[in-house]
Amino acid sequence: MLGNLSEKFENALRHLSGKSEISENNVREAMDDVRTALLEADVHYEVADSFCEQVLEQATGEKVLKAVEPGQQMIKIVNDELIRLLGGDEALAAANEQGDGYVPGQASAGSELLFVSPGPTVIMMCGLQGSGKTTTCGKLAGHFKKRGKKVMLCAADLQRPAAVTQLQVLADQVDREVEGPAGAGVSFYGEPEKCAEYGKAVGVAVEVCKNALKQAKQDGVDVLILDTAGRLHINDDLMGELRRVNAALSPHNILLVIDAMTGQDAVNSAKAFNDQLELDGVVLTKFDSDTRGGAALTVRQVTGKPIKYIGTGEHMDAIEPFHPARIAGRILGMGDIVSLVEKAQEQVSEEEAAALQEKMAQGKMTMDDFLSQLKKLRKMGSMKSILGMMPGIGKALKDLPIEEKQIDQTEAIIQSMTRAERNDVDLLDNSRRRRIAKGAGQDAKAVSQLVKGFEMVSVMGQQMSGMGMLGRMKSMAGMGSAEMAAMAQGAAQPGRLKGSSKQSQKNKRKFKQRRGKRR
Amino acid sequence: MGLFRSTVGKLVSGLRKTREGTGVAITTILSGKPLSKQLLRDLEKAMIQADIGIKTAIELRKDIEAGWERGEIDNGDQALEMLKEQLAAYFPAEDRSLRMAEPGSGPTVILVCGINGAGKTTSIAKICKSLRDEGKSVLLGACDTFRAAAVEQLEVWSGRLGVEVVKGQQGGDPAAVAFDATQAAIARKVDILILDTAGRLHTQSHLMDQLAKIRRVVQKQLPDAPHEVLLVIDATTGQNGVNQAREFAQSTDVTGIFLSKLDGSARGGIVIAIRELLNLPVKFIGVGETPDDVEPFEPGRFVEAMFEA
Ligand SMILES: Nc1nc2c(ncn2[C@@H]2O[C@H](COP(=O)(O)OP(=O)(O)OP(=O)(O)O)[C@@H](O)[C@H]2O)c(=O)[nH]1
Ligand SMILES: Nc1nc2c(ncn2[C@@H]2O[C@H](COP(=O)(O)OP(=O)(O)OP(=O)(O)O)[C@@H](O)[C@H]2O)c(=O)[nH]1
Ligand SMILES: [Mg+2]
Ligand SMILES: [Mg+2]
Repeated sequence: MLGNLSEKFENALRHLSGKSEISENNVREAMDDVRTALLEADVHYEVADSFCEQVLEQATGEKVLKAVEPGQQMIKIVNDELIRLLGGDEALAAANEQGDGYVPGQASAGSELLFVSPGPTVIMMCGLQGSGKTTTCGKLAGHFKKRGKKVMLCAADLQRPAAVTQLQVLADQVDREVEGPAGAGVSFYGEPEKCAEYGKAVGVAVEVCKNALKQAKQDGVDVLILDTAGRLHINDDLMGELRRVNAALSPHNILLVIDAMTGQDAVNSAKAFNDQLELDGVVLTKFDSDTRGGAALTVRQVTGKPIKYIGTGEHMDAIEPFHPARIAGRILGMGDIVSLVEKAQEQVSEEEAAALQEKMAQGKMTMDDFLSQLKKLRKMGSMKSILGMMPGIGKALKDLPIEEKQIDQTEAIIQSMTRAERNDVDLLDNSRRRRIAKGAGQDAKAVSQLVKGFEMVSVMGQQMSGMGMLGRMKSMAGMGSAEMAAMAQGAAQPGRLKGSSKQSQKNKRKFKQRRGKRR
Repeated sequence: MGLFRSTVGKLVSGLRKTREGTGVAITTILSGKPLSKQLLRDLEKAMIQADIGIKTAIELRKDIEAGWERGEIDNGDQALEMLKEQLAAYFPAEDRSLRMAEPGSGPTVILVCGINGAGKTTSIAKICKSLRDEGKSVLLGACDTFRAAAVEQLEVWSGRLGVEVVKGQQGGDPAAVAFDATQAAIARKVDILILDTAGRLHTQSHLMDQLAKIRRVVQKQLPDAPHEVLLVIDATTGQNGVNQAREFAQSTDVTGIFLSKLDGSARGGIVIAIRELLNLPVKFIGVGETPDDVEPFEPGRFVEAMFEA
């Protein structure tokens, strides 16, 4: 599915490129594929439609039709528009200026929250059940503690079993584990005795929040974060409770917490929460999954409020400022390359990477290197899905044997090779392949597949201008969004991949014929 | 069979109430109108908005279009009927009750898994109550040793429902808890053991391996166990649900889906996309936060509700 999406987009672009002149119809057709990509990424139906309309308007002007490379021009428009919609004009300016707008350790424009002085700055979290509010409270507390704030977490969920304990445990943990300057810290406020079964404590949260604010003022707290119970946006009683907390405390920041895997319904919940509470921002959680995250665009469009942070794991440090360019690429299936690089860096040391790059550049990668790389890929979690997000290569790498069982098989095959064979695959004629297959207890097809995968990576390594895959990825991370998009196009057409692109063009033609017939 | 006495009336009214005001119902758009390209597009849109997925939606729309061209249908109401039939056909008559151990072969073990926050622990409370109300003895195993207060959450439910919990060390090996719980279930001769597991993303291979290990540990003690492996999927989930189902099915041999949070405004169409890929029955739906808020999955009702306002 993941691979599919980038393929789709690439197809759309390939469609455009290679033609000296394009017509409005070409553009329309390509936009159809973009629309499909957006829908597959869970962007809301109407949001996807209006996005495509907007892009079409820009794309059918002189700029694209007369451009030397209309395909690239078009990708740039799509990508830029997406970044603009996700993060506003500043985000787009930043993306074009400094690569993808991502400066490590620094929040991107408009990402931080409003703070008042004297405190406490009040932050209210809200959202559907299980979206990640309580966890995000803990993460934010740590984030602010690091920056020298005195934070208090208030348990305003009196309904979910053990919700109060959950927040208290997190508050203690963050206070203990996160380092901060003198005076910074995380405390907890809760009134567990007021907890009650579902529906029986509605409204009690208002009192608890008021009491927490009193306490926070007394203690000279800088930031008070309210963890409210999960609720459906269509539950009037519970939404009423939030409105009352809002009226009583006038929080400076109301943040909606939404699961990044949410589908089309994101439009309804985001709209309802925004209508009733006037949100200040959004936190998208569980972005460590392989979701395309189209909900980000939906929510931003329907509320008009900035996405402030994304959650990227269950641990308390797994929170990041929102980087529109990174997510734009992901929604379009062009890959969240920065994340990929970060994951890769966790697994491979600088020296190791450099040594391998050297080898790859010279086309000297051996089967042993290949195996050790596969094992590392395996450790990076579901690398396949992440690699699937890589422009161009996603498709090619889809069939690499990096599942546990496959790696065992691969290992068996490589162990059945002689040293000479491991160092030079060109030696592997059919009779050798048969011998190896027998030795590894597998069929000859498995050996051929392995050799094919090896050759593909090998060639790719050389193609990547002698930098090796990791180096290439690193350099990609520093690329501007337009360059990245261009890469996506370039990478889609190296010789080795031609077969598959031809195939898909053929399919496309077939599809059109069918479509034509029906009409 | 008959595990959950269906109170369909409650579901209908529950869904009605919640869905008011979420746009014009497709039923209204189609009703009483001659079929047209535009209406077919509206139908496709309704499917996509229900998270059925664009590919399936397009295919289904084409099927209906073909029916129209063949002259089998010619108005909106018929098109909708045809669509509903096709959707319901994704879920043919099949056994949707919980799989139970052979009589005399020891306790039935139900393993519950899913991504973070899907509703596993709450769904367990629901299943537990239904079984308890049927007179079965139930034991819970708290294999979520990771998330803050996960054990306490399950303990609150066990207290309210009057069943016992086997737990381990916070941060300990969940498979060890599964082992202890299975031992306890055998020793205490309970009818049913339900294992709660930590939320995990299907992309985290080490956590998926951990789940497979839990399964193995249980199976070692009771060869036919776990008899049921329920995957909890949140009805608001988008297309990623397909990946979830695929990966969980691969690592733990899921036997059924528990579709939670269907009381919201999401339509849960993702289970159709999942069914395209995997032959997995949807067994139950969650329609609220109390232990009573569970219903057996009923394809006709489900599809009906998908297009209601
Ligand atoms: N992988 C991952 N898991 C997350 C993330 N954020 C939260 N979670 C997990 O999601 C689950 C639900 O999180 P909670 O913080 O309890 O959600 P909540 O919104 O407070 O839930 P309710 O209070 O019941 O509405 C837990 O298992 C968390 O560990 C994230 O960014 N990534
Ligand atoms: N409205 C509604 N809420 C539900 C339903 N099922 C669960 N919830 C709520 O969803 C939230 C998360 O439920 P849990 O049972 O804690 O989810 P979980 O999958 O065990 O979460 P982790 O263990 O953190 O991964 C809680 O607030 C539940 O009350 C449902 O069917 N409808
Ligand atoms: Mg919570
Ligand atoms: Mg749980």
